[in-house]
Amino acid sequence: MMNSIVTSETSGKPLLRIRNLHCAFKSSKRCSLFGPRPLIHAVNGVSFDIQPGEAFGVVGESGCGKSTTAKLILNMARASEGSVQYRGQELTGLSDAAWKPLRQKLQYVFQDPLGALDPRMRVLDQVIEPLIIHQQHDNATRRQLAEELLRSVGLQSSQLGKYPHELSGGQRQRVVLARALILKPELLICDEPISALDVSIQAQIVNLLQQLRSEMGLTLLFISHDLSVVRHLCDRVAVMYLGQIVEMGPARQLFSAPRHPYTRALISAIPKADPGARRNRIALIGEPPSPADPPDGCRFHPRCSLATEHCRQQMPDLLADRRGHATACFEARIPVEEVA
Amino acid sequence: MNMLYVLQKLARALLTVLLIVTTVFVVLRLSGDPAIYVLGLDADPRALDVFRQQWGLDLPIWQQYLQFLGNCLQGDFGYSYFEERDAMTAVLERLPKTLLLMGITGMCTLLIGVPAGIYAALHRNSWVDRLTMLVSVAGFSLPNFVLGIFLILLFSVTWQLLPSSGSGTWQHLVMPTLTMTVAEAAVFARFTRSAMLEVLNQPYMRTARAKGLRWHQAVRRHALPNAAIPLITVVGFFVGTLVAGGVVTESLFAWPGIGRLLVSSVANRDLAVVQIIVMLIACSMVFTNLVIDLLYGWLDPRVASLRTGD
Amino acid sequence: MTTLTATAVPARRKFRLPLLIWLSIAWLALMVLIAVSGDFWLPYDYQSIDLRARLEPPVWLEGGNWSHLLGTDHLGRDVLSRLVTSIQVSLLVALLGTLIGALFGTLVGLLAAHFRGWVDDLVMIAIDYQASIPFMILALAVVAFFSNSLLLFILLMGIFGWERYARITRGLALSSIQHGYAVAVRTLGASPWRIYGRHILPNIANALIVNMTLNFPQTIMLETSLSFLGLGIQPPMTSLGNMVGFGRDYLLTAWWLATLPALVIFFTTLAFALFGDWVRDKLDPTSR
Repeated sequence: MMNSIVTSETSGKPLLRIRNLHCAFKSSKRCSLFGPRPLIHAVNGVSFDIQPGEAFGVVGESGCGKSTTAKLILNMARASEGSVQYRGQELTGLSDAAWKPLRQKLQYVFQDPLGALDPRMRVLDQVIEPLIIHQQHDNATRRQLAEELLRSVGLQSSQLGKYPHELSGGQRQRVVLARALILKPELLICDEPISALDVSIQAQIVNLLQQLRSEMGLTLLFISHDLSVVRHLCDRVAVMYLGQIVEMGPARQLFSAPRHPYTRALISAIPKADPGARRNRIALIGEPPSPADPPDGCRFHPRCSLATEHCRQQMPDLLADRRGHATACFEARIPVEEVA
Repeated sequence: MNMLYVLQKLARALLTVLLIVTTVFVVLRLSGDPAIYVLGLDADPRALDVFRQQWGLDLPIWQQYLQFLGNCLQGDFGYSYFEERDAMTAVLERLPKTLLLMGITGMCTLLIGVPAGIYAALHRNSWVDRLTMLVSVAGFSLPNFVLGIFLILLFSVTWQLLPSSGSGTWQHLVMPTLTMTVAEAAVFARFTRSAMLEVLNQPYMRTARAKGLRWHQAVRRHALPNAAIPLITVVGFFVGTLVAGGVVTESLFAWPGIGRLLVSSVANRDLAVVQIIVMLIACSMVFTNLVIDLLYGWLDPRVASLRTGD
Repeated sequence: MTTLTATAVPARRKFRLPLLIWLSIAWLALMVLIAVSGDFWLPYDYQSIDLRARLEPPVWLEGGNWSHLLGTDHLGRDVLSRLVTSIQVSLLVALLGTLIGALFGTLVGLLAAHFRGWVDDLVMIAIDYQASIPFMILALAVVAFFSNSLLLFILLMGIFGWERYARITRGLALSSIQHGYAVAVRTLGASPWRIYGRHILPNIANALIVNMTLNFPQTIMLETSLSFLGLGIQPPMTSLGNMVGFGRDYLLTAWWLATLPALVIFFTTLAFALFGDWVRDKLDPTSR
C-alpha cells in the first residue's frame, strides 16, 4: 500500500522532490538459529516536495524515520526504493564522485555539535575545510571568508582558534552551521539541530537560522520532535509516524486545525504559555510499535481512540484538500471545524 | 546459556584448529622440498624420486593436503630424523615434565597472585598496594631468562643451595617454578586488583553495606564472586604466557620438557617435531579458549545472549 | 597539544612515585644516548678477538684492569664494546619491529573499518588466530621452517604486535565512521583519504602511541628471549639476549658476562613499562 501523492500544490518547480522513498534493512539480530533476520522498514513510502526558499519541517517521535529520511536524501544511507530529485536531477544511486559537486548545494547540520566537530582541529580550520575540499579560493581568501562567516553567526574573534571542547554547546552549533554555510548551499538539512542544546540556547540558534535563512535565501528542511520550534520556524510541516507521513500541510493550518489524531495528540502536548488555559491534553496510549513488526491497516490504530474496524484492515492514503493540507486518516477526512 | 552460543563457539574452535593444521601444511611445503631436506642436496636423483613417491610428494597438492589431514587425524605426524624415531613418541615422552612444571607454576600463581591482588584492592593506595603494583610491573617486565640468571647466580653460584640444571629431585623444580611464577603472579595480581576495584565500586556493594552487612561479609558474599568472573578471561592469556615462558625457562634450566625439545628441534630444523609441538600448543590454546568462553557464558548469562547477534 | 593539557585529568596518585618515572626517563635517555653515540667512543671493535686476554673481570674486581672496563669474554672480546653494540642492535630491532607492527596493523585496521564485509571478517579471523597462539611459539616455528635471517627476524618482530594496533584502529575508526565528525566531513564531500588522513588518524593517534609504548618493551623481551635461545640475532652480530645466552655457560667463572646485559635488559624493559603506564594514564582517551 502506497501513500498517494499530494498533487494540488506542485506549483512551480520544487527544489527537492521526494517520491515514494523506502528504506529497509535487515536487523542484526536473528529470532532463532536459522531464522531470517527481521526486515526493519525505517522509511516506508515517503513523498513530499520542498519549494525554493521554503522552510519545511518534519516532526514525529524518535524512531519514526525522520532522521533516516534526511540521511537518505544525502546518500548517508541507502534507499531501497524511491526517488530523490534535486532540481530535477536524480540523487539516488549516484556515485561518491558524482555527489561531490552536489555536496556544495546540500548541506547537513547535526544533532550533536560536539560529535560533529573534529576534536583535534581548531574551529576556524574546520570551517575552512569545506573550501579546501571543493578547491574554492586561495588560502588567504578562504581564511577571510571563514572568519567573516564565523563572526556573522555570532562567534568572537578570540574563539576562532579554539578547539571544539573549549566552546559551549551553542557556540559549537554555530560553528557547525558556519561549516555547512560556507559553501553557500541552497538547501540546509537540520537534523534535530537544537535538541542537544540547553533550552536557553535553543532560541538563539533558532533565531540565527531564521536570520540566515532570510539573508542567504536558504531553503530549510528542519527535522525536530519539538513542535513549538517547528511552528515558529517552518512554512510547511509533515508529521511522521512509523516511517510514513500521516499529515502534511501549511504550518499555520496544521497547527491550528490538526486533523490526524496523532497530530492532535502531539499538538495537545505542547506546553502552553498561559497557565490558566484549560488544556485538553490527548494522551497517547502505549509506545509506538516496532518498525520491524508494524501493525496491519493504519499504523496508528493500536494507539488511536477513533480506530474502527476499517482502520485495522486498510491503510489510509494521504489525501490533500485544495489548500494542500493532506491527511492519512479515514476518520479525520472531514476537518473537525468544518463539520461543526 | 543457549545452544546457539555453544555451537557458535564450538564451530569457531574447530575452524581455528583446521586453520592451524592448514597453515602448518602450507608452511611445510613452502619451506622447501622435504626430499632434498632429508636426503641432502647431493642425493641421488633416483633416491629422491623414491622418497617423494614414498611420502606422496608426487601427488597433486590437494591430495597431499587431504593425506596430511588424514595423517593428522590418525595421530601420524611423521618421523623425526634427528631423534631417529616416531616424532609423536619423542614429544609425548617429554609431556609429563612440562605438565608438572606448568601445574606447579599455575598453583603457585593462584596462591600468590590472587590474594595479593585482593589485598591490594581492599587496601587501595596503602603502601602495600603500591609495593604490590610496583613488584607486579617489575615482575611483568622481567624476561624469564633474566630472572632465571639472577636466581642461578644467587642459589647455585653464591649459596650453592640448588642445582642449576636438570631434573629429578624436588630441588630441581624450585628455580624453574619460581622463575615462571613471578611473571605470572605479577599479571594475576594486577588483574585481580583491577577486577576487585571494579566490583567494589559497584552500587550493589553500597547496597550490601546499607542493608547492614559488615564490610568483610559484603566482600565475601558479593565482591569476590563477581570479581572472579572477569578473572576467567585472563586464564587464556595466562596459559599462553605460561607456554611461551616455559620454552625459555626449560631451556635455561635444561629442564627436559617440551619447550626445550622445541628449541633444540628448531635449532636442528627437525620439522616433524616442531610441527607436532606447534599444533599441540595451538590446539590446547584453542581448547582453553573454548572452555573459557563456555565457562564465561555460563557464569555471566549476559555474554551468551549478547554475542549471538552477530 | 592544547587538547591534552586542557583535558588532562587531575593527576591521581597511584602506586608509583613520579620519581620512578624520572628515573625511567633518565635510564631510557641514557640508553638512547649510548646507542646513538656508541660508535664514536667505543674502545674496541665488538668482534675483535684477543685470546691473550680471555675472561678478564671488570675493572672494579680483583684482576681487572683499565684497558677493559667491563672485562672480556671467553674469546677476549671487550665486554663494554659488545654491550654497547648489543644495546644498539636490540633497540634498533625493537624500534623497527614496533614501527613495522604499528604501520601494518594500523593499515589493516583502517582497511577493515573502511571496507567492512568480508575484508573485516578476514582481518578479524587473522587477529583471533594470532591472538590464540603465543607469539613466541609462532616465531620459533617460522624460524624452524624458513631458517633465520636478520630481515625475517625483524619482520617477525613487526608481526608480533600488529594485531593489537589493528584491533585498536579498527574499533576506533568504526566508531568514528559510523557517527560523529567522520560522517560530518563526508557530507562535506571529503574523500576517504582526507577523512582517514586528516581526521580519523590524528584522533586515534593517542591510542596508537600508548600501544607503541607498551609494545616496545615487549618486543625487546621477545627479541632478547629468542636471541638468548640462540634463535634470534645470529653471531657474529650480537644482541643483549645473545650475550646472556653465551654468558650463561660462564656463570661460575665469569658471572659478569651474563649479569651485565641481563641488568641492562631488566632496567630497560622496567623503565619502559613504568614510562608506558604513565603515558597511558596521561594520553589514553578511554581512561579519561
